[in-house]
Amino acid sequence: MDQKELRRQFSLFKSSRLSNLKTKIFGPLLLALFFTSTITIFAQDGDPFAGKALFNTNCASCHKLDRKMTGPALRNVETRLLEDEGLDREWLYAWIRNSSALIKSGDAYANKIYEEYNKSAMTAYPQLTDSDLNNILAYTAQEKVVPVAVAAATQVSNVPSNDLGLSDQIILGVFAILFLLLSIGLVLVAKTLKNLAELKGVKIEEKKKGKPIWKAYLENQFLMLCTAVIFLLVSAYGFYGWTMQVGVNQGYMPVQPIHYSHKIHSGDNKIDCNYCHSSARVSKHSGIPSLNICMNCHKSIYEYNGETTEEYSKEFYDGEIKKLYKAVGWDDEAQEYTGVTYPVKWVRIHNLPDFAYFNHSQHVSVAGIDCQTCHGPVEEMEIMYQHSPLTMGWCINCHRETNVNIKDNEYYDRIHKELSKKYGVEELTAAQMGGLECGKCHY
Amino acid sequence: MSKNKKYWKNLAELNSDNNDVFDKLQNKEFVEEIPVDEFLSDKDNLTDSSTSRRDFLKYIGFSTAAATLAACEGPVVKSIPYVVQPKEIIPGVANYYATTIGNGYDFANILIKNREGRPIKVEKNKLAPDSMAANARVHASILDLYDNARLAQPTKTNMPISWFGFEYETKAKLDEISRTSKEIVLLTQTLASPSTLKLIRDFKAKYNNVKHVIYDAISESKALDAFESRYGTRGLANYDFSNSELIVSVGADFLGDWQGGGFDCSYAKGRIPDNGKMSRHIQFESNMTLSGANADHRVPLKLNEQKLVLLEIYKSLLGSNNINIKSDISISDKINKIVKQTIAEIKSSKQGAVIISGIKDEKYQSLVLEINEKIKSKSFLPHQIIFKRNGKDEDVTSLIKTMSRGNVGAIIMSGVNPGYTLSSSKEFLDALEKVDLSICFSTKSDETASKTNYVAASNHYLESWGDYELTHNEYSLTQPVIKTLFDTKQFEELLLKWTDNKSNLHDYIKSNWIQNILNNASWKKALHDGIFVKKSSKLSKNRIISRASNFIHSNQTFKIVNHDENKYELNLYPKTGMGDGQHANNPWLQEFPDPLTRATWDNYLTISEYDAKELGLFLEPSTFFNQSSNDANGGLNGKYAKINLGNKTIMAPVIIQPGQARGTVGLAFGYGRTKGVKNEMMTGVNAYHLYSDFNPVQHVEIISTDEIHEFACIQLQNTLMGRGDIIKETSLDVFNKESVEVWNSQAVVSLNHIETPVSSPDVDLWQEFDRSIGHHFNLSIDLNACTGCGACVIACHAENNVPVVGKSEIRKSRDMHWLRIDRYYSSEDSFYQDDQKKDNISGLGSSLSSFGELENPSENPQVAFQPIMCQHCNHAPCETVCPVAATSHGRQGQNHMAYNRCVGTRYCANNCPYKVRRFNWFLYNGNDEFDYHMNNDLGRMVINPDVTVRSRGVMEKCSFCIQNTQAVILKAKLEGRQVAKGEFNDTCACASACSSGAMRFGDINEEGSEIAKLKDNKRAYHLLDAVGTKPNVVYQVKVRNTKNKV
Repeated sequence: MDQKELRRQFSLFKSSRLSNLKTKIFGPLLLALFFTSTITIFAQDGDPFAGKALFNTNCASCHKLDRKMTGPALRNVETRLLEDEGLDREWLYAWIRNSSALIKSGDAYANKIYEEYNKSAMTAYPQLTDSDLNNILAYTAQEKVVPVAVAAATQVSNVPSNDLGLSDQIILGVFAILFLLLSIGLVLVAKTLKNLAELKGVKIEEKKKGKPIWKAYLENQFLMLCTAVIFLLVSAYGFYGWTMQVGVNQGYMPVQPIHYSHKIHSGDNKIDCNYCHSSARVSKHSGIPSLNICMNCHKSIYEYNGETTEEYSKEFYDGEIKKLYKAVGWDDEAQEYTGVTYPVKWVRIHNLPDFAYFNHSQHVSVAGIDCQTCHGPVEEMEIMYQHSPLTMGWCINCHRETNVNIKDNEYYDRIHKELSKKYGVEELTAAQMGGLECGKCHY
Repeated sequence: MSKNKKYWKNLAELNSDNNDVFDKLQNKEFVEEIPVDEFLSDKDNLTDSSTSRRDFLKYIGFSTAAATLAACEGPVVKSIPYVVQPKEIIPGVANYYATTIGNGYDFANILIKNREGRPIKVEKNKLAPDSMAANARVHASILDLYDNARLAQPTKTNMPISWFGFEYETKAKLDEISRTSKEIVLLTQTLASPSTLKLIRDFKAKYNNVKHVIYDAISESKALDAFESRYGTRGLANYDFSNSELIVSVGADFLGDWQGGGFDCSYAKGRIPDNGKMSRHIQFESNMTLSGANADHRVPLKLNEQKLVLLEIYKSLLGSNNINIKSDISISDKINKIVKQTIAEIKSSKQGAVIISGIKDEKYQSLVLEINEKIKSKSFLPHQIIFKRNGKDEDVTSLIKTMSRGNVGAIIMSGVNPGYTLSSSKEFLDALEKVDLSICFSTKSDETASKTNYVAASNHYLESWGDYELTHNEYSLTQPVIKTLFDTKQFEELLLKWTDNKSNLHDYIKSNWIQNILNNASWKKALHDGIFVKKSSKLSKNRIISRASNFIHSNQTFKIVNHDENKYELNLYPKTGMGDGQHANNPWLQEFPDPLTRATWDNYLTISEYDAKELGLFLEPSTFFNQSSNDANGGLNGKYAKINLGNKTIMAPVIIQPGQARGTVGLAFGYGRTKGVKNEMMTGVNAYHLYSDFNPVQHVEIISTDEIHEFACIQLQNTLMGRGDIIKETSLDVFNKESVEVWNSQAVVSLNHIETPVSSPDVDLWQEFDRSIGHHFNLSIDLNACTGCGACVIACHAENNVPVVGKSEIRKSRDMHWLRIDRYYSSEDSFYQDDQKKDNISGLGSSLSSFGELENPSENPQVAFQPIMCQHCNHAPCETVCPVAATSHGRQGQNHMAYNRCVGTRYCANNCPYKVRRFNWFLYNGNDEFDYHMNNDLGRMVINPDVTVRSRGVMEKCSFCIQNTQAVILKAKLEGRQVAKGEFNDTCACASACSSGAMRFGDINEEGSEIAKLKDNKRAYHLLDAVGTKPNVVYQVKVRNTKNKV
């Protein structure tokens, strides 16, 4: 049962006291609900909300409520210990604050646990006060809540975006039909008028049939020449346009061996790009993170609990996490590495040709440019694609428009002062700094 | 009529009247019934089938269309990251590790540049002394790692075997042999390794009858003997030429590989005329060597005359009481005069003088040690014992005898290839068959390894652990910089197994260092630095000299026997590129032009023009009737000569070598490999066949033949034709006494009948730019310090992915070297006289004859080296003619070349006055026509990922290693600081590789930088300054310490 729901129960309870009518109907039910969920709370005199926060900061990297990880599952740990082992809360305090001391003291259960979990000692938390620990225990004592189908709601919210595209087409179709009807109508009107005129005996002047226009056109050499020239120019322009897109892979969105969603990682969870692509700060390559980086988090995140759609369901995402486990050789049941690995063969999206030198650290660390400037709204990309054309014109445009970031960089002190004086500007663009010279990128 | 006519096709038809079978066959195409009806009548089956005929066509059509469309798409590139990324590896950032090479011939302490875990380049280790710097071969050794001819696993009688089986079987056999009375022999290269020697001691302790024989392919045994008998330790004396005033070398190519090499740095330091002083160098020798080429005074002499010269010097300095000379010959008056003068100079230089000799005779080597002791030479350092050579000829000779008698039970070889390098290789290989167990540690299936029972595929040095004591108390460490590429192990690992030592090699070396070497210093620091100098005062110069035992105490007799007049004196020598021949499969070194002859892909018999004419080996430059020395496309030709020594005969092509002493010829070691190398690399002839008794001087018969050899020589113009402004030079006297205008005058042009210097803006075609803002790079090349060693050439290859084009392309002058070292001979006795001769030409007749003469080098010419790469002209002629602006100038002074923009018109190359631009006539990578390292995945691992691999049809040239200057700038930006002082110095691969300090690179706008001073040095000049190109490469005038005016 999460925080939101508890709060709702309390507020309902409050309002029920105000309204007798409502109490009459909902009262017994609510009371029953209230008691089931709150008896334990009051018995442990801890705050489960604060407990959850503490749990997430201190315990979550090794413990889950309902699942064995580095350490045991902690749901109802206190009751379990009391019932199975006869250990009270004091024992838990001692264990959490300094488990190794407890093990050394020869405590039987402490040693048993220590042995069971591969002799990996639990981090000591002497800083946690009694009330902190009470709060955490209160949190662990809560009942498991089956998540309500959020999927349906999100699914609905996704539909309108599709609708918009459809309506455009309908409008266009309606217009087309209208236009057709109008032209038919006009033809019919003309015909009727003509018939009327004939009936009324109005003589319509017959136009003398001259040369057909296409014949005249064909015979006019000047016009033919002009047409030929225009035709050639247009097709040349078209051909040029076509050739210019050869090798430009803007929008390239290949299927990857593991469906890695930048939207979930970078967008929903707001993980900094540099956390995984750490070499972007120091190297020419941004670096595809090695799988051990993934496991920093995914050792404890074994399932997906965020928003889902029909296409990308929870099962789908969980399956992708399984793929990661297989690749890195992580046995999730035994919580250990098997040593059998299958390196992931990612499909490279951003491919600069070999003759172009590009250095990420120059742009990320020195210039302080956001990753999104070139890579687009990565945090919204469910599937990663190439946002920018990565053509030389595109590079150069940016160099022409972007000022050099000289802030707190002693390197630029002298050269910027002298150059800006020479060019008579306040701030230099990358181009003025020499960012257009061939040899800066081609060698 | 015609109706009755019957044409029959076969006998059956002829007799077909009542032949049913034939009729049937004639009317039916298929003998058996095709079940079409049956198939079509089966309606059920047809309707059930999901694929109709139409569907089938649809599928065909779709797949064709899809395939066509898919072909338009770019290739799918896969990126595979690490599963667990090692902490120290960041993709795109290089790591550097200190290590040491010690292959028995070259020993150097170096840094290895690693990218994404692959070693790609050898760099200088600044913590190590200059004498341990890398030469051209060491720079190229990195390519040997990626040689696809390497052995991938151990073999037993040419069949693969596992290491477990190998260890088990060899150990059992060794145990068995050690119980018999037969010997177990370890035949190794010079190890100079404290830990390996300790392991060998362990091995000796475990097995009986173990003998360790050290074998140097090119022996220094006699010098070692002399040093050992005088000072008690088997080693060689060190020399520091930086403080010499006078260097007298009698047959010692000390700028080459004499006594282990590494003397060129200290020599170059002493050659720079600071404060009006520089060393003077007199060279007596028979072959033209690098040392002779750099000498102030070179005297070509035969060996016997060299011996007399040395004896004369000895007599005049130490008196003639101790020695008896019985000589059949005497030196000419002219030579005598020179010797007298030399002796006078030695006497006046006192402690500043030093005498060295390359005569392979213990007695003469002892004379040298004694002379240097007597004159108390400052440069002579016998206490800094060099251990780079340690072989003993007698041991090797007696080993072959023992082997052929069948007294050797097991032979274990490491780092040697006696099947190729012994003159008696045939006897050795025959005797090898009489040995019960033969094991060879080798990286290739070479001449020896292919004849042994077991071949232990061994590591490249970059995959190995090891340690060295190259000079006394100077210890170096070798660490692996890459995991073994193949299933290989090194010699020391097997020694550990054989001696039942459970520890691994790293631990063994570490514990040995901690116990015996480090003296409580940090192992980690030693490993990081790659070098550790042990502080010890036990061995000082005075101490070692005072303990020296006098070899020549009583009347020693020196007999000099005259040889058959008709025989020629053959001097065998190691070539700068190939050394002792273990790098024969290295295409960089095969294509490395010899500093003197400038020939690639070959060895050859060097001979003087006089002798060539005598023997009928001379080809006229241009004839209508006979074969000429050059083809129409310029390719150099040479006649083959037959060389007879006893019953041995080899055929070698002849090249005319100016400066070769009359009556002598030279032939280089290291060529003529037959096994373990690619067909393309089986070049030249094997000179080791003639290396009888480890004596490099042999007396041979030479017979001319009519066969013609085609050389691939990259320089066909041998002289400067009196154009003294290309290599400006002067004598020390003039340099000291006269004003700059006299010896380094700037070119002038006439402006309104007034002579104006070309640097003046008034006579400039181009508009000037302000170059004072930001960085501005210059490279200074000191012609005094450059010895022509060529390390820069190979370093440039490695850094810039320069392709190898092969012999036939080189012959067509399509070499791709970005950096070349031009070598010029003087036509008269000196370049100064050339200039005089040219200036005195007047009239048509005189000009025709004189210019013709100036083309021919003198018999004993002066030699000058000039490294030339793109000059990065501020007013570049190439830039103005490029129709597509593919080459342009950067603000930092570099002349950029955008390969992707180049369309290959080659106007730029035509307009370049320095001829430094190279055109890609072919695609050199991934092309079977150029089956060198770039044609296989393994070889391509050496490619520098920061530099484009050029394709066919584009121009390329030196970029001043812009990838490295940019990297330094970026590093400063990332750290938010100014570029540190001197940080640019090592960015250019050539300047970084130049251990002699001849090349200096840097930013002239950096205040107080070395390069700014060098640029304004009074010796500085620009190449062809009259053209007005304003290059960013600046040369320093060569100053010769000659007594005569030059």
